[in-house]
Amino acid sequence: MTWGWPHLAVLALGSYALKVTGLLALGSRELSARITRLLALLPAALFGALIVISAFGDERSLVFDARTAGLAVAGLAVWRRANFVVVVVAAAAATATVRALS
Amino acid sequence: MPPTPRDVRRAAITLGAAVGVFGISLGVVATGAGLSVPMVCAFSIFVFTGATQFATVSVLASGGTPIAAIASGLLLGARHVGYGLALHRLLPASRRKRLLAAQFLIDESTAMATAQEDPALAEGAFWWGGLSVFVCWNLGTLLGAAFGDSLGDPGDLGLDAVFPAAFLALLVPHLRRLDGRFAAVAGAAIALALGSFTPPGVPIITAGIGALLAARLVRAEDPPTGDAA
Repeated sequence: MTWGWPHLAVLALGSYALKVTGLLALGSRELSARITRLLALLPAALFGALIVISAFGDERSLVFDARTAGLAVAGLAVWRRANFVVVVVAAAAATATVRALS
Repeated sequence: MPPTPRDVRRAAITLGAAVGVFGISLGVVATGAGLSVPMVCAFSIFVFTGATQFATVSVLASGGTPIAAIASGLLLGARHVGYGLALHRLLPASRRKRLLAAQFLIDESTAMATAQEDPALAEGAFWWGGLSVFVCWNLGTLLGAAFGDSLGDPGDLGLDAVFPAAFLALLVPHLRRLDGRFAAVAGAAIALALGSFTPPGVPIITAGIGALLAARLVRAEDPPTGDAA
């Protein structure tokens, strides 16, 4: 199955539903502190996983390849407090260089 | 000197410009993942949440099914429920305005509105932040998609490395807190454990358990707010 317009519609409606829930649907009710905290922590956990999979994932296995160099350079750039453009461009350049050389 | 509406507008425009560059990178990698230019532009107009869009495209690029990609994107978007609650008092009560405001409820507009000490400025900060980012994000996406579509093999240019780099940059603000660091490490560990045998997308969705573990095992340092990343 490949990505198509119906998939986009589902994602767009789902995203909007999440946005409208707190703003409108819940009224002035408050969520419990535990739920609010969990919602705030979800991105951190997912970003951690997304980094691992997008840097090392290869179908159903984990590999070290040119992307590893890109991630290392991105880590260095983030540590040096480089801005977003520098982080992303440096990562792509490092990966492209390693690929060209190997 | 307290900020004026003019300061708020200026901050919103600066923020929009920065996010626009992020939009360019999304456009490039999304077309690199095989999505058409109109599809990528529609993504930014209708989904309009950078993290969700990047996650969805990343799962697709790694060979995940559309269902896995949508699930990952929506799980990442769940934080907006908290944002909506945080903004509940700051936005006008009108139902129609709220239905419209929901589309512009993002990390940046939430951060700008909740950062105002003067509640009178909060609503303006929300709209200016949201609209400025919306315009710049979509222009950036269009530029990036048009450019990405004309590029050769995305692998030769190292574009696949944009994903981990972007996710790392998005993660950094969460690392200021102990529970955020715990959740990130737990999520990464879950992905490492599952990545070698489960279908693409599954490790990402399962990593949500990392947030549950962090919430259970790490004591909250300060009261959680609807604070943006």
